[in-house]
Amino acid sequence: MPAPRPQPRFPEPDTQPFWEATKEHRLTYQTCRTCSKVVFYPRRHCPHCGGRDLEWHDSKGFGTVYTYSVVRLNRHPAFADLGPYAVAYVDLDEGFRMLTNIVGVADPVKDVRIGMRVKVRWDDQESGISLPMFEPA
Amino acid sequence: MAVQSRDAAIVGIYEYPRRRAPGVSVLQIKAECAARALEDAGLTWKDVDGLYDAQDGPGMAGLSLAEYFGFKPKVIDTTAVGGSSYEFHASHALRDIQRGKVKVALLTYGSTAASDARRIGTGGGMAGWGAPSPLSNMTEPWGMTLISNYAMVAHRHMYQYGTTSEQLARIAVATRAHAMRNPEAVQAMKDLEFENIREITVEDVLNSRMIADPLHLLDCCMISDGGGAVVIASREVARDTRQKPVWIIGAGEATKYVENDGDITVSAAAQSGPVAFGEAGVRPDEIDVAMIYDSFTITVLVCLEDLGFCKKGEGGQFVSEDRLHFQAKLKPALNTDGGGLSSNHPGMRGIFLLIEATRQLRGQSTSQVPDAKLAVAHGNGGQLGGNHTAGTIILARD
Repeated sequence: MPAPRPQPRFPEPDTQPFWEATKEHRLTYQTCRTCSKVVFYPRRHCPHCGGRDLEWHDSKGFGTVYTYSVVRLNRHPAFADLGPYAVAYVDLDEGFRMLTNIVGVADPVKDVRIGMRVKVRWDDQESGISLPMFEPA
Repeated sequence: MAVQSRDAAIVGIYEYPRRRAPGVSVLQIKAECAARALEDAGLTWKDVDGLYDAQDGPGMAGLSLAEYFGFKPKVIDTTAVGGSSYEFHASHALRDIQRGKVKVALLTYGSTAASDARRIGTGGGMAGWGAPSPLSNMTEPWGMTLISNYAMVAHRHMYQYGTTSEQLARIAVATRAHAMRNPEAVQAMKDLEFENIREITVEDVLNSRMIADPLHLLDCCMISDGGGAVVIASREVARDTRQKPVWIIGAGEATKYVENDGDITVSAAAQSGPVAFGEAGVRPDEIDVAMIYDSFTITVLVCLEDLGFCKKGEGGQFVSEDRLHFQAKLKPALNTDGGGLSSNHPGMRGIFLLIEATRQLRGQSTSQVPDAKLAVAHGNGGQLGGNHTAGTIILARD
């Protein structure tokens, strides 16, 4: 068994609600009630206008690969023996971009492409939270 | 149009010659470089009245470095924004000199990254380190190495503009050609156990092993020990120093980060470049020597575009024309010391950009561009595809 992945650490009040929601397999993001823009990663203020009235939403979990790389070498014990794996920025349909992994493909080198449609796939962690990853939609 | 100022000049430089320095501390490297850069300028220890350092040693540099050196500076600036910190420091030194607060500014850098076996690019080594932040909590679980972050910029650049690995490789090829002319770079590659230390071809880069698609081993910089120091002086002081002054005629600073609708192929250089060039009153096509932070080949390509050497998306074509090599027909020559790819990268390379640009404008480079008059030193700090900073310094000789 590989070592556990680095986990989000708490207390960290901006991102804690996001991670709490992952325990119910909910992928959450915020919008600003003042300027209506999408806020991600989660914050207590709006980085677009400085507004402090933010609203949480659940994403449907569908998006598009904006860009990716296949990691061949990571010396961190959680990843060192995984074999090649894909990290990516995914643009969710609700308008936010998140870092993630693309999984559920036979060969990440050949099977991941920019522009491909993906949907969320949860990877439950021993710490109780779940990591939102993405697989072909 | 802004009036080009000649208020502050680089008058002293020193690059620590060794890339493996076991048994030497970061502080000792800084102090030795400081002494030798002051010697180069013909100035003394007690002339320093401004201290600029990126806090890469033990403790709080702003608190402890002056005491260690034995200085009593009037200005202390410990801006720490990654590898571009030294371009920020040069910018701040210019400002402080213009305000009359400082006459002799000293910039210092030291690192034992190689001896410490720090896996900067491939470790995810920072994971779990320090207090958690929103950013650390939203990045660390997915195993994005620093190299894969830059690789994501490269992939998107290829997707949007048709850029190829062959084009990126040309940057590594030109840089290695310069490194082979620089004895310290050759020794560096020996000490860091590079295989096949020789000039390389595009095919060599493409055949080197993939580290994070689409970046190969030879698209990536080395991790060395090292350090350096730069002395920047007011016009009055510069008149009597030992070397020909190299004037800071433009400076720009910027930051960029992931945004929901952002374009990852555009770096902070798109903001810092126009400010610096505008201040200097010169155009990119007038620049003889471009010292651009080559953490990876893609860093150079993106920054060349964003600084305005060519249009966005045309960097691949631009680097494929007869330029980059110091003897090429077209400007600019690139990273004539051998760069971070093949000479020196102890984690934050920004100070060496200033140092080699100064050598060029003095006529002292091992790959000297004939009659070089104008140079740019452009630092990139942080991660190109994430949070990063850009510092652009335009330099001119008399």
